[in-house]
Amino acid sequence: MTINAFPPGLILILGGLVLPFVSARVRAGIILVLPLIVLWGIWQISDGVQLELPFLEYKLAVVKGDALSRLFATVFAIMAFAGGLFALNQKQPIELASAFVYAGSAIGVVLAGDLITVFIFWELMALGSTMVVWAAKTPESYKASMRYLMIHLLGGVILMIGVVAHISDTGSIAFQAMTPNSFGTWMILAGFLINAGAPPLTAWLPDAYPEASFSGAVFLSAFTTKTAVYVLLRGFPGVEILIYFGVYMIFYGIIYALLENDMRRILSYSIINQVGFMVTGIGIGTEMALNGAAAHAFTHIIYKALLLMSAGSVLYMTGGKRKCTDLGGLFQSMPITCICGIIGALAISSFPLTSGFVSKSMIAQAASDQHLFFIWMCLAAASAGVFLHAGIKFPWFVFFQKDSGLRPKDPPWNMTAAMILFAVLCIAIGVLPGPLYSLLPFSTSYVPYTVPHVVNQLQLLLFAGLSFFLALPLMKRTLTISLDWDWFYRKALPAIGNWALSICVLCRTGLLDRAGRWLGRVMRQIYRAHGPTGVLARTWPTGSMAFWATALLGAYMLAYYL
Amino acid sequence: MARKKTPELHWLVRPETIKMLWLYGSGILVLLVLADFFIHPHAAFGIDGSFGFYSWYGLITCFAMILFSKFLAFFLKRKDTYYDD
Repeated sequence: MTINAFPPGLILILGGLVLPFVSARVRAGIILVLPLIVLWGIWQISDGVQLELPFLEYKLAVVKGDALSRLFATVFAIMAFAGGLFALNQKQPIELASAFVYAGSAIGVVLAGDLITVFIFWELMALGSTMVVWAAKTPESYKASMRYLMIHLLGGVILMIGVVAHISDTGSIAFQAMTPNSFGTWMILAGFLINAGAPPLTAWLPDAYPEASFSGAVFLSAFTTKTAVYVLLRGFPGVEILIYFGVYMIFYGIIYALLENDMRRILSYSIINQVGFMVTGIGIGTEMALNGAAAHAFTHIIYKALLLMSAGSVLYMTGGKRKCTDLGGLFQSMPITCICGIIGALAISSFPLTSGFVSKSMIAQAASDQHLFFIWMCLAAASAGVFLHAGIKFPWFVFFQKDSGLRPKDPPWNMTAAMILFAVLCIAIGVLPGPLYSLLPFSTSYVPYTVPHVVNQLQLLLFAGLSFFLALPLMKRTLTISLDWDWFYRKALPAIGNWALSICVLCRTGLLDRAGRWLGRVMRQIYRAHGPTGVLARTWPTGSMAFWATALLGAYMLAYYL
Repeated sequence: MARKKTPELHWLVRPETIKMLWLYGSGILVLLVLADFFIHPHAAFGIDGSFGFYSWYGLITCFAMILFSKFLAFFLKRKDTYYDD
C-alpha cells in the first residue's frame, strides 16, 4: 500500500478523532491543514482500483478513482476546509470532531469501489452527522438528532438488506450502474433515496439541520444529500422514476420554504429543492443531464454552505435569533454577511455570472434535448420558484424587510473569511465555468453564455422577483410551522401508541376489577361458612352430636338390611 | 447602543430611494421584455420561442406557487410550538 492509496477519507476521520484531545491551537492547525492534505491526496488517486482489502471471501475496493469520484471528493474536501475555517470559534470540540468524521466518511463513500465499503462509510456518515446535530447541546437538538438517527438507521438497514440481496443475486460486490429490477436493487435505491431527502421521508432534513449549531448546519448541508446524489449518479443513472421523485422534491422544497418562518429551515427546504434538480437530471440520464447533476452538486455545496454561513453568522451575532419575524434590517450593521448572503442567493437562483447558472442550465438543456416538454416546463417554473423562496425570501426577510432594531456586527474574521472564500468561488465558477466542466464525468462542449439564454434567464428571474414584491402582503411571516410527513411519526404514531396503551390499561384494570370482584365473592362465601359465625365453625352441643351419630348409625343399619 | 430619538433612516430604506428602485426596476423589466424583439432563441418546443414567454411564465408560475402554498397552509399550518411538549 503506497501513500497515494491510503484512503483520503480515513485521514479526515482519524484527524477528527484526535481533535477533542489536543489544545485549541493544535486543533485549529489540524482543522485548517488536514482538509488540504486530503485534497492533495484525492488528486493523487488515478483511475481504477487503488487499494484492495480482503473481507470474508470478497476483495473490497476501498479506494477507486475516476472523474465522478474525484469531483465529489474534491468539493467535499474544499467544504471541510471552509466549514472548519468558519467553525474555528465553535466552543464544542465534539462538533468539529464529528464533522470531520462525517466529511471523511462522505469522501470514503465517493471513493468506494464496492457496495460493502459504501455501506460501511454510509453508516459512519450517519453517526457523524447525528453527532453534529447533537453537539448543539440543546434539548431540541437532542430530540431532533434522535429522530434524525432513527430515519438514517432505517435507511441504513434498508440499504444493507438491498446490498445483501444484490450480492446473493449477482455474486458481485462491485458498485456500478444498476437497473431497479430485483428486490435487492429496489432496496438499494430506496436506501439511497432516503438520504437524498426523497418523499415520503423528506422531513428529517428540515427537522434536524436547523437544530444544529451556527456552524454545524454548514457541514450538514453539504454531505449527506450530495453523497446520495453521487450514489444515485453512479448506481442508477437514467432510471426514469427518479425524474418524478426529483420534480416532487423541487416543488416540495419551494412550497414549504415559502411558508416557513425560521431562516435556516427555509434554507433546509431549499436543499431538498436543489437536490430535486439533481435527481431529475439523474433520471433523465443523458450525458448532458448527468454532467448537469454532477456540476450542480458541486456548485450547490458551495453556495448552500455560503447561505448557511450567512445565516449562521446572523445566528451567532444576534445570540440565537433565527425567525424571520424577529429579524430584519441587518444589512445596516452586517454588510459583509449581507453581501455574501446575497451572492449565495443569486448563485442558488442561477443568475448569470454565478455558479448556479452554469450548472443548473445543463439539466434544463438535457430535458429540452430529450423533448421532455412537461419536465422542462416544471424545471423552468421551478427556476423562477427558487429565486422566490431562497433567492429573495432569505435575504429580504433577514437583512431588509423591516428594521428589527438589531444592530449586530459582522462576525469574527474567520467566519468572514470563509464566507468571502465561498462567495468568490460562486462568482469565479460562474464567470469561468471551464475548470469545473473539465472535472465532469463526461467531456462537454456546453456553452452556458449565449445571448438568448442570458436574456431569457434574466426575464424569468426578474419577473419572479416582481411577483415576490407584488405578493408581499401574502408573504407576511407568522409564528407558524407547516405539517409535513414527519407528523406521522411525531404525532400520529405516538398517538396510536398512546391509544393502544390506554386500551391495554383499560383492559387490565377491567380484568383486574372483575377478577377482584369474583375473588371477593368467593372469599365472602368461604367466610360465611368458615368465619367466626359460619355454620361450619360453630361449636355444637354434645346432644346434637349424639343425635347425628345415632341417625347415621340408624341409616347405616337400614342400608345394610335393604 | 446610543440611538437618537428620531434616527436618520439609512439611505437604502428612505421612501424616495424605494420609489426610485421601483421606477428603475420597472424600466429594466420593460427593457427585458422588449429584448425579445432582438434575440432569436433556438426554441425546442415552440412556446418557449414565443414573445415574452419567459417573462409571463416566470410571473404567472410564481403567483401560482405562492397561492398554492397559501392554499396548503390552510390545512398544514400550525403554531410553531405545535411539537413542543
